[in-house]
Amino acid sequence: MNVANEALAGHGPHGAHGAHGSGHGPSQKQYIIGFVLAILLTAVPFALVMGHSGIGTGVLIAAFAVAQIVVHVVYFLHVNSSQEQRWNLTALLYTVLMVGIIMIGSLWIMHHLYSTMTPGAMHHMVWSAKH
Amino acid sequence: MFGKLTLSAIPFNIPIVMGAVAFMVLCVIGVLAAITYLGKWKYLWTEWLTSVDHKKIGIMYMILAFIMLLRGFADAIMMRSQQALSYGSNMGYLPPQHFDQVFSAHGTIMIFFMAMPFIIGLMNCILPLQIGARDVAFPLLNNFSFWLTAAGAVLVNVSLAIGNFSRAGWLAYPPLSELHFSPGVGVDYYIWALQISGIGTTLTGVNFIATILKMRAPGMSMMRMPVFVWASLCASVLIVVAFPILTVTLGLLTMDRYLGMHFFTNSLGGDPMMYINLIWIWGHPEVYILILPLFGVFSEIVPTFSGKPLFGYASMVYATMAIAVLSMLVWLHHFFTMGAGPAVNAFYGITTMIIAVPTGVKIFNWIFTMYRGRVRFDTPMLWTLGFLITFTIGGMTGVLLAEPPADFVLHNSLFLIAHFHNVIIGGVVFGVFAGVSYWFPKITGFHLHEGLGKLAFWFWFVGFYVAFMPLYALGLMGATRRMDHYNVAAWHPLFIIAAVGAGIIALGIGTQVLQLVVSFMQREKLRDTTGDPWNGRTLEWSLPSPAPAYNFARIPIVRERDAYWDMKKRGVDLKGSTFVPIHMPRNKATGFIMAGCMFVTGFALVWQIWWLVIAGFAATVATLIRHAFDDDRDYHIGADEVRKSEALYDRVKAGSV
Amino acid sequence: MSNETLLMQNGAAALKPGYADHAADALRGLRQAGDAVDFQVEHHHDVASTIQLGFWIYLMSDCLLFSGLFATYAVLHGHTAGGPSGAQLFDLPSVLTETMFLLFSSFTCGLATLAMNANNRNATVGWLGVTFLLGAGFVTMEVREFAHMVAIGAGPSHSAFLSSFFTLVATHGLHVTCGLIFMIVMMVAVLRKGLTETNRARLNCLSLFWHFLDIIWVGVFSLVYLFGVAH
Repeated sequence: MNVANEALAGHGPHGAHGAHGSGHGPSQKQYIIGFVLAILLTAVPFALVMGHSGIGTGVLIAAFAVAQIVVHVVYFLHVNSSQEQRWNLTALLYTVLMVGIIMIGSLWIMHHLYSTMTPGAMHHMVWSAKH
Repeated sequence: MFGKLTLSAIPFNIPIVMGAVAFMVLCVIGVLAAITYLGKWKYLWTEWLTSVDHKKIGIMYMILAFIMLLRGFADAIMMRSQQALSYGSNMGYLPPQHFDQVFSAHGTIMIFFMAMPFIIGLMNCILPLQIGARDVAFPLLNNFSFWLTAAGAVLVNVSLAIGNFSRAGWLAYPPLSELHFSPGVGVDYYIWALQISGIGTTLTGVNFIATILKMRAPGMSMMRMPVFVWASLCASVLIVVAFPILTVTLGLLTMDRYLGMHFFTNSLGGDPMMYINLIWIWGHPEVYILILPLFGVFSEIVPTFSGKPLFGYASMVYATMAIAVLSMLVWLHHFFTMGAGPAVNAFYGITTMIIAVPTGVKIFNWIFTMYRGRVRFDTPMLWTLGFLITFTIGGMTGVLLAEPPADFVLHNSLFLIAHFHNVIIGGVVFGVFAGVSYWFPKITGFHLHEGLGKLAFWFWFVGFYVAFMPLYALGLMGATRRMDHYNVAAWHPLFIIAAVGAGIIALGIGTQVLQLVVSFMQREKLRDTTGDPWNGRTLEWSLPSPAPAYNFARIPIVRERDAYWDMKKRGVDLKGSTFVPIHMPRNKATGFIMAGCMFVTGFALVWQIWWLVIAGFAATVATLIRHAFDDDRDYHIGADEVRKSEALYDRVKAGSV
Repeated sequence: MSNETLLMQNGAAALKPGYADHAADALRGLRQAGDAVDFQVEHHHDVASTIQLGFWIYLMSDCLLFSGLFATYAVLHGHTAGGPSGAQLFDLPSVLTETMFLLFSSFTCGLATLAMNANNRNATVGWLGVTFLLGAGFVTMEVREFAHMVAIGAGPSHSAFLSSFFTLVATHGLHVTCGLIFMIVMMVAVLRKGLTETNRARLNCLSLFWHFLDIIWVGVFSLVYLFGVAH
């Protein structure tokens, strides 16, 4: 008899587990905190730009954008370092790395191509000056 | 009513094309007639075309790939023969316009519709079996992916008969591929064939990642997975990361061609260099997508045929993961000469040299696996040895090209062509043939004829060197790629030798066709009765050959790497006594129909038949939404039926190590 | 105690297929059951969590798609070919309004998820409906913005900057539109069949998609609109 080497260890699909959102599930508080933070992180950069403040705005805009994205990821997408979210987090971090490589690499390469391969370094400015 | 499409789109005045079209049409009619004569339409539809079984989908992928190998190889023969003839006053038989289409079609078909489908087909067949799963994570999506790839392949072949194909090379660089310089439909065929099949490929990547991460047998931790599974995982990750970039790049070219935008045009701020940057951000990971699964294949074959566990499993895994990251950091080496300057070129040249290291680690691991093993030289091992030699040479020429100063001389010369054929044929093609001959018994239930297999290998191996070593010399002598004619006397004999090499490869392919026919006819004699013909180490060999529809009646519990070898060592009894009903997904026509609608949409986009574009796309979406409301998704195979199915297979009890 | 019983008690819970991170637990359970267990006869895999992971991976591919568009925009945004630049074209108050539409819709989508988890069918559909309206408002404003720009001669065929602007923003808008269609389908499905396992899994996918689109929009309004006006 082969009963000994078989596990009739059937258990129902943990469908409910995943679908109800990792057991404990997100709370209303999470969404509200995320929502309020996101509004703030949107309003401030808009105010800065619309008010023509000019204080190093480029970096600030980027910083606020990154912060708000993190807020969305944590509070709306519920990505954290728990066991259930492990692969989601890994995939997200890997994707962020890839996006960074592509954006930074492209900007670096194209910048160098412009300074070497175009007639005059500020090609587009020459064009617009003519028109 | 029909957009730009008129009867004059059929090239009645070009005899070579009409001959090819006639041949193609005859083949298609022949196949359709045979199916009708044998009364197999219903069988074909219910058992194959609508199948969501990963094994059948894998087989269909590989059939598609083999047919496209023949088509792509025909293009190769045309190029070789043209170049062997067209020296000096002899213009050959292919006018430049035609020659340009031939090399564009050759590259496009070989990469997208031969190599990728072969690899995806292999992964489809074997991956679930190796992780102890019953299918992939999303079986219907799998079916849809296949039909999208097939739709793209058909679109490319239709271009031969109606209109023409692109003349802009397999990557369609602007400004040549822009409307101004390519006003015809060729580039559009290229674009839509790739966009449609590209979606299929991306979805496959998603499917395989979810399968590997979520559906492994109990006890199979990540570091107990077969290396082929690791390789498939990393290749799938690269697919998911890279193919969207291809989609964007071709999409932007489409915006230029169809909507008059200015991404890559020569005017109003467009920048062709950005296309080249973007396309290679896809293009480099693509070659790693091609090779990684085959590295996985070799990592299965070498231990099995050496009778030893793989040397350096952990380093193999880390090397594969390293490649998955590093392959995104080297793409500029494809355009050192575009002029980004020494700083940029140096950085990417160094990363390119670094990425050779993990591959070197793998080569050494395979060699060390064979060392002190009892090596058996069956056909799969022959292909592997051929790979080890050939790929290493190709890799070395790659490292040579990674030096920007060397590349400035050799870029776009025949040296480059020799290099990438060296690694693609030596790595991908040999790997595919190794994998097919290794796993053929598992998938079909009978072996491929061994004698013809060995003969085919030798034809390919010798033919490859005769065809491509002259190209290295030609490149060093200054010969550029994609020439339909030349005037340098010293090149002529080398081109002739290369053509002879192509002829030898043709003999190899012919032998393989013969092998398939003979093996099928002798299948009873060649039957695999044990399910484990090679004394394998991984879980697929614990199943009967061919594997039943449900794969595993009982899911194995994994305790070690080389799970099946471990089971054999412990004397695990494969015959079960308790069976329960098995839950199976139902075959569906949804994938076939949606892909068919996408094919029509693609064709309509090429010819700008706008009402048909809208209709085709709307039909696709409607089919998807209708499917969303379809609840009849699955069924159960009853316990008794499973018991009967398992009893049919008179398999050897595990324990014969 | 029979092996089976031992296994049921100790091994069963740990033998989660695919959760091989629990391999150690699984083996402990197996050893307690007597080391003789080699096969699992009844086998289910966690369908909902597989679907969620698969959809997430697809979203990662979509991230890469947008990164290609962002990279193109970043490289080409200065190529105005003598035509208008972003600073001259963008209407920030209107963009802020659009942004609020989308952000609020993200919040109401969250409320729909909460309603689903609380098994409240009508509230789920209700909040989805609100989300739909807000999302449709976003798309409408965007279409009007595009129509205006085309009308004043700043359409996508006038410069590389405009081509990359229109393509990036419109691709996001098309994604949102697909999301709206997805939303209608789900509302109909939930009304007809209730909060079944399948519908829950799909609603999870929809909400992942919707939140992800808001994240992309954060990138768009920051890099394209705010940066464009500030520089």
